[in-house]
Amino acid sequence: MPAASDLYQEQILDHYKHPKNKGPLPGATFSARDTNPLCGDEVAFHLKVDRSQRVSDVRFEGRGCAISQASASMLTTMLKGLPLSEAEALGDDALVKKLGISLSAVRLNCALLPLHVMRLAVREKKAAST
Amino acid sequence: MAKPAKMLLNVPAIKADFPILQRKVRDRRLVYLDSAATSQKPKQVIDATTDFYSRYNANVHRAIYELGEEATREYEGAREKVAAFIGAKSPNEIVFTKSTTESLNLVAYGYGLKGKLQKGDEILGTVMEHHSNHVPWHFVKDHKGAVLKYVDVSDDGTLKMEQYDELLTKRTKIVTVALCSNVLGTINPVKEIAKRAHEVGAVCVVDAAQAAPHMPIDVQDLDADFLAFSGHKMLGPTGIGILHGKPEALEATEPLLGGGEMIREVHLGRASWNDVPYRFEGGTPNIAGAIGLGAAVDYLTNLGMESVRAHEMEITQYALDKIGRINGVTTYGPKDVKKKAGVLAFTIDNAHPHDVASILDVEGICIRSGHHCAQPLMERYDLPATARASFYVYNDLEDVDVLAAGIKKVQEVFA
Repeated sequence: MPAASDLYQEQILDHYKHPKNKGPLPGATFSARDTNPLCGDEVAFHLKVDRSQRVSDVRFEGRGCAISQASASMLTTMLKGLPLSEAEALGDDALVKKLGISLSAVRLNCALLPLHVMRLAVREKKAAST
Repeated sequence: MAKPAKMLLNVPAIKADFPILQRKVRDRRLVYLDSAATSQKPKQVIDATTDFYSRYNANVHRAIYELGEEATREYEGAREKVAAFIGAKSPNEIVFTKSTTESLNLVAYGYGLKGKLQKGDEILGTVMEHHSNHVPWHFVKDHKGAVLKYVDVSDDGTLKMEQYDELLTKRTKIVTVALCSNVLGTINPVKEIAKRAHEVGAVCVVDAAQAAPHMPIDVQDLDADFLAFSGHKMLGPTGIGILHGKPEALEATEPLLGGGEMIREVHLGRASWNDVPYRFEGGTPNIAGAIGLGAAVDYLTNLGMESVRAHEMEITQYALDKIGRINGVTTYGPKDVKKKAGVLAFTIDNAHPHDVASILDVEGICIRSGHHCAQPLMERYDLPATARASFYVYNDLEDVDVLAAGIKKVQEVFA
């Protein structure tokens, strides 16, 4: 029988209650905001990229459930210092693995919202500059 | 909060009628508290639909043979049962649709968009409507130039009736309102709203999706022009909805669907229409759905809608006392059960409603979380989402106790 603690493991709750890299990022290279229309969860992602095309700083803002907000916080820790090309290529599986919990289809949408917004930020900027 | 020794309805006997309530979820008893989304089905309803498919499946209104006559008799019998259930004068005032949503779209399209409305005419709705009673009217605004206005809700979850009086003018042609809010549970004074609408020459459209399953409805007493509700929220199958209309209102409504059944004569390039209500039922209808709905009406009529309402008032009062008094829990909507149906929206400090629903799910408890298809209402209260428990005939006070224990677990996780 599953317990509430299977989904709400210590590290998920820790990231939710004490999020890393949360807040605005003045001078961000890429920024985007999106919501999950099913539940209204909202995430904004900001990335700053240096001359060598590495992610030098990253922040998120948002409000929503523990899964989406913890996922956003954990994603920021995965991105910092990464070459932009690797950040862009980061797959769903990598984030889910980092979360370390098994998710139903509906809750998977919560978990992947931050990744979706991060990709959106990069894609929109690139589309605008071509 | 003393528990009454005996409830008004015989809930153990009712529970035994619902096969799904015998199953376990994650090794626990299923505690189903999401009937405002859809109700569970008693075996009488399941048997009625199965019986149609296994004994007399045939299309209605056309076949000469015995099976077809039986199918037509049962389908039209369901229409008569629904008419009696809400006090309609004639079964011809009952249109079968696929949902409350389709019923409301039929009125917006057939009466508003293609019917009598002129550019600049006003449609008066409320902030607490379900999306299905917002968006169809947006179409009328966009395509006909109608003007939309809205009556606000007070912080206590009731409509601002003095604002209704201010907004209601000779320009108002349609007033549309939920009889019961799907989030707050508020029971709106629709009889009074319809009366005042008629005084300025407007028609009154009522979304009764959350009311018809839970309280006695008498369309003669309410005196609204249109009233929409769904089968699946009142123990019936999905895919069957109802639109009640006064004869003159239905006569003034254009059909939404052209096709078989809804015509009198068809020639190349033109057609004349069948009588009301058949002109609104183009295509083969949901025959099994209507027959199942008829069985659901029988089931509720047997329980007695006065008893159903009294039972839900008792559970709602108990839930307001028990859940509403937990520290860190906020409930929304009226606190007086005379003004409130069995719907309890709530939030828990520091826990998002989705997380609340996930943790309760582990306990075998089904509740809803999110915006409940009522985003304008959520914006009004500046809430991104709430949790919502809703009650029906198969729920008892113990279900509320299980919910209260689940809420304590949520609070432990997010302490």
